[in-house]
Formats: sequence, structure tokens, C-alpha cells
Amino acid sequence: MTAGPAESAFLEHFAALEAGLPGHGLPWLEDLRREASASFRELGIPTTRLEDWRFTPLTTLAKTPFQPAQGAREISPAAIESHTRVIGSAPRVVFVNGAYVPALSSVGELPPGVCISSLASALAREPERIEPHLSRCADHKTRAFTALNTALASDGLFLELAPGAVLAEPLHVLFVQTGEDPPIAAHLRNLVVAGPGSRALLVEHYIGSAQGVYLTNAVTEIIAGRDSRLEHIKLQQESENAYHIAGLSARQEAGSQITSHSLSLGGRLMRFDIQIMLGGEHAHCTLNGLYLARSTQHVDHHTTIDHAMPHTTSRELYKGILDGSAKGVFHGRIHVRPDAQKTNAHQSNRNLLLSESAAINSKPQLEIYADDVRCTHGAAIGRLDEDALFYLRTRGIDLEAARSLLTFAFASDVTGLLPIEPLRESMESFVRDWLSGGQGTR
Amino acid sequence: MLEIRNLHVVVEGKEILRGIDLSIGPGEVHALMGPNGSGKSTLSNVLVGRPGYEVTQGEVRYRGRDLLEMKPEERAREGVFLAFQYPVEIPGVSNAYFLRASLNAMRKHRGEEEIDAVDFLGLIKEKMKLLDIDMSLLNRSLNEGFSGGEKKRNEILQMLLLDPMLAVLDETDSGLDIDALRIVANGVGTLRSERHAVLVITHYQRLLNYLVPDFTHVLIEGRIARSGDRALAQELEQRGYGWLEAEQAQGSA
Repeated sequence: MTAGPAESAFLEHFAALEAGLPGHGLPWLEDLRREASASFRELGIPTTRLEDWRFTPLTTLAKTPFQPAQGAREISPAAIESHTRVIGSAPRVVFVNGAYVPALSSVGELPPGVCISSLASALAREPERIEPHLSRCADHKTRAFTALNTALASDGLFLELAPGAVLAEPLHVLFVQTGEDPPIAAHLRNLVVAGPGSRALLVEHYIGSAQGVYLTNAVTEIIAGRDSRLEHIKLQQESENAYHIAGLSARQEAGSQITSHSLSLGGRLMRFDIQIMLGGEHAHCTLNGLYLARSTQHVDHHTTIDHAMPHTTSRELYKGILDGSAKGVFHGRIHVRPDAQKTNAHQSNRNLLLSESAAINSKPQLEIYADDVRCTHGAAIGRLDEDALFYLRTRGIDLEAARSLLTFAFASDVTGLLPIEPLRESMESFVRDWLSGGQGTR
Repeated sequence: MLEIRNLHVVVEGKEILRGIDLSIGPGEVHALMGPNGSGKSTLSNVLVGRPGYEVTQGEVRYRGRDLLEMKPEERAREGVFLAFQYPVEIPGVSNAYFLRASLNAMRKHRGEEEIDAVDFLGLIKEKMKLLDIDMSLLNRSLNEGFSGGEKKRNEILQMLLLDPMLAVLDETDSGLDIDALRIVANGVGTLRSERHAVLVITHYQRLLNYLVPDFTHVLIEGRIARSGDRALAQELEQRGYGWLEAEQAQGSA
């Protein structure tokens, strides 16, 4: 297709920045970036004519004149303290406006076999550790924002776990956008390579200034080696005017387990694509998600679990609370290949609409090509239970408090699964605050 | 304490209560009996303000105020309590959290300080022991997966905790075995004082063996067909409701 103004603007970013992007000079990476740039030119920014984007119009995003990020802006540790506190004194890697900030990061002494660095510095130091994995899971050929990300990625996390390595403490990866004027587009790229039998817990955390307009375009790739155990938490707390487009692509080898928690709490428009390939026997993934949206927020989750091998299992629970005129989209795809006998998959998407004008489009999509499988799914869209509200009121609890108690209970199924206690408490108080009309405890 | 005068109530277009008069004073225990469908539960629901119950005539005064004007939560805070026949299950809300939120709503209304978690735990455990309720019920979701008997006991637990002026028990005895019945009756018995009033709604008289009423009323087709003392309950146990139904049919013919 012919590139429109929005596409052209991003392509100009690429032309202008190419020579300064991390890993420039590495032929394989230059080729990859050019190929991705060409894909983006071909694909263009998705329109609602595409099935995958039918309910998520990007017209205002496409009209926003984003500038490329120009490196980090100085911010004080105090500015992020409320966000770092909930994860604790664990290793932390911080990026501001798409650039790594060593002064705010602290990796400390790591267990043997654990390597944590910025992707850019890993590319400068040891590109041979990146090359075999980068862009092998994420699809830059058919997904426009992944293509754009692959072409323009400025930095992100590189986590490598040697066979058997264990990172017991949670790794906090914090992405801050300061909300510059004119608005900035940051393209963040994270790569996690987990060797056989390794373990880690990772928190991918996006925050922004309260009013700032900006675009976060993030892609995370996870290669989960045989029998590895990874827990991934994505916290999206972007500014109320921000655009957040993100992808998580994982390939799981035999016996590996990934647990993903996604909390989508901010942003004007957000889209999160999860693609899990269960590529070895007895691989298992659990996907938990919670999204809150109100006012005119738009929140869209697309998940795909590809059961490619026998005896693979998946569990998925996504819950949404929509208020005001917010719009939600949930699309959960489960694909079971012909060889993937004894697949066991369960998916559930439940939504609570708190107002007449809030809306959700929920669609499960099961594609099953094997015959000895167990796949179940359920989707529900509803309002608060009137009998339960009345019961609480007869015990002296006023209507507003009763509503917020029931709504909180609905969300707590997901927040209750967060494996870090201070984070769980913080998220629960965020939800309570959100329900009482506040901004959430930012 | 409670004055019901000529109360008519319509539910889904059908008149269920057709002129009830009932007066309950402090310190009194009243039993309201009657066959299925006579309007017993309708009366209890109207007293606590369930939406969908339309009062077409009459009035209800509670301690000098118009009860029907008050929101459900106001009625509760002013001391009206209903132990439900079918308590609602509320997943995700822990019983302990709910009980404390409820108690604190009452305390706040009375201008008292909120009770903290430690004091609350001491208080609730004492009451649970009295009702022989398993402590594990505290940390479970409210009523979710509770047995019928556990739900009923949990209702009585709330009653003891909130210490209402007027307690209405809607078929609390149904589904309870004889031991549970005795425990529940003893629990309700602790509410028997000069300050409190209790209205026991029941189909059978067996709860009344343990919780002896001062007055018994029989509700037939939306009207109180007869009032009397405890002896009336025993008479009903022997003779059933048929003779009263026949009398009422004759009276209205």
C-alpha cells in the first residue's frame, strides 16, 4: 500500500535515526531493521477494516504528530519512588522516554548465571547472545506495530538466564514517559532468554505523567527453555492521554511454565497482544488479566495460545470493569494443532459494566484440529447482582459502598493472584481508589 | 416499637398482603405463622425495604418514624434486622471483611469509632463460639459454598453482632437439625430483653418450643386471621391451618 502521512512520519523517523540506533553496524540487525521498516511501509497503521482491529479505531493515534524520543530526560528517584517501593529492593532497570537510565537503575549482585542489562548495551557488548533470539517470536512481517518496533526499537531489557539459573527476587523493569510536547513515540524492546530449568519473576511496568500525550509501542519476547518457570507481570499505568500498544510473544519448550499477569489500568487507548506458542510437550501457560476503563478509555486485549504439541495446557482468566463511555475488546484465540492431542485449555472472560454507555466486545475463538482434547471457554458480560447489593444494604452498608465492595470483589479474583505481596496490596488499593472515582494511587 | 396498620402490598401486579395490622412492643417476642404463600416472606421483605414490593395502602411506623420512607441501609442502622430465609452468596467478599464493614457502618451511624481488626476478631470469635460456628467460615467468601445450616447460623451471627432493636427471623428454622435449632434459639434468646423485640416467621412450631413467643399470629391469604398467645401455635401444630383458612373463606364470602 502507499504510505499515508502517519506511516510516512514514522518512516522518516527511521531514516533519520537509523544510523544512531543500537546495534548499528551489525549487518544482521541492519537487515532486520530494514526488513521490518519495509513491512511497516507495506502494512501501514491498522484500520478497522482488518478483523483484528475491527473494534479499535486508531484514527486519532494516526493523526497525532509523534516525534522520535530524543533520549532520557532527567528525573529524580523520588519521582518514581511510589512505583519502585511496591516491588521492593529487588534489581531494577529504568528507562525514561525510551532510553536506559543507569542512575535510576540498580542491578546489584546477581545470582550465578543471571545476566540483566539494557538491550542496547548487550548489543554493543555481546551481540552474538542476542542474534539467535531477536525477532524470532514476535512477528514483524504481519504485525504493523511489531514491525515499527523492530525497525525503531531504542532500548529495553535483556534478561538471560543460564541453564538452572534462579532469579528469586522480582526484576522490576520500569518504563517512564514524561509526556513531552510535542508528543513522543517510544519503541521499547525486551528480550528474555530463559535457559533450561531456570526461573525468574519479571515486572514490566509502564507509567507516565498524568496528562501527557505520547505513544508507547512495546514488544517483549520470551524464549522459555525446557522446564523453565517464568512469571511475568505487566502493569500498564500510562497517562490518561497516552496510547499504549504492546505485544508479548513467547515460545515455550517442553515442560516450561509461563504465568502472565496483565493489569491494564491507564491510557487513553491501549492494545495488548499476547501470543504464546506451546512448542514442547507438557508446556503450560496461565494468563491472568484485569482491565479497568472509564470515561472514554479504550482497552483491547487479543490473546492467542497456540497448542502445537501434545499434552500442553493453558488457563486463561481475563476480567474487565468498564464505566462511563469506556469501550473494551477481548479476543481470546486458542489454536490446537492436529498433533496436539491431550491438550487441555480453559479460557474465561468476565466483564462488569458499571454504566449504560460502557461497552465490551468479547469473543472467544477456538480452533481445534486435534480430536482428543479438552477445551472450554466462557464469556460473561453483566452488571452488579441486585440481590447482593440489597443484602449488603440490609446490613447497614450504603449503596455506594456496597457497589464498590462488590466491584472490588470482582477484581480481586485477578489481583489476588499477584505473587508479590506489597504489589498486590498496592494494586488492591489502586482498584479501591479507582472505584471511588479517584485516579488510583499513582 | 413497630406499628403496622392496614398494610397492603402488591408484588408483580398481585396483591399479596391485604390489610395487615400488627403491633410489636419492646421486650416482646411475636411469632408469625401461616401456610406457604400466605404472605409471611412478603411482610419480612417489606419491612427491610426490598425493591419491587409496592405498598398500596397503609403504613408502618417504627419507633415513631415512617419506616417505609427509609432506605434499606437506614433501617438497618436504626436497628431493623432481617435474618433471611435464603441468604445471598457473595463471592470475593470475605465473611470477616463483610461483618466488620457492617458493624462499622452501624458504629459510624451511632457516632462511635470504627472497631479495629484485632478487637473485631476477639468479638466475633466469642459470638461464633456461642453459635458453634466453625472459625474457618470467617475467611471464606460470604455464604459461598456454606451449607444451609451454616448460612442460617451466619445470619444469626450477624444479628448478635449488630444487636438490632427489632429482629425479624424469616424461616430461620427451616433446614436446621434439632441441635442447630437449639443453638440458634439460644442465640436469639440472648436478644430477649426489655429493649429488643423479635418477630419469628415460621411455618412450624418447633422453633417455638425453644423460643417461646409472647404472641402468635396466623397469616392467611394476606390477612392476620387470628392472634393469640403461645397456645395458638400449639393448636396450629395439632390442627394445621385448614380450619382457619375455612373460617376466613367463610368470613369473606
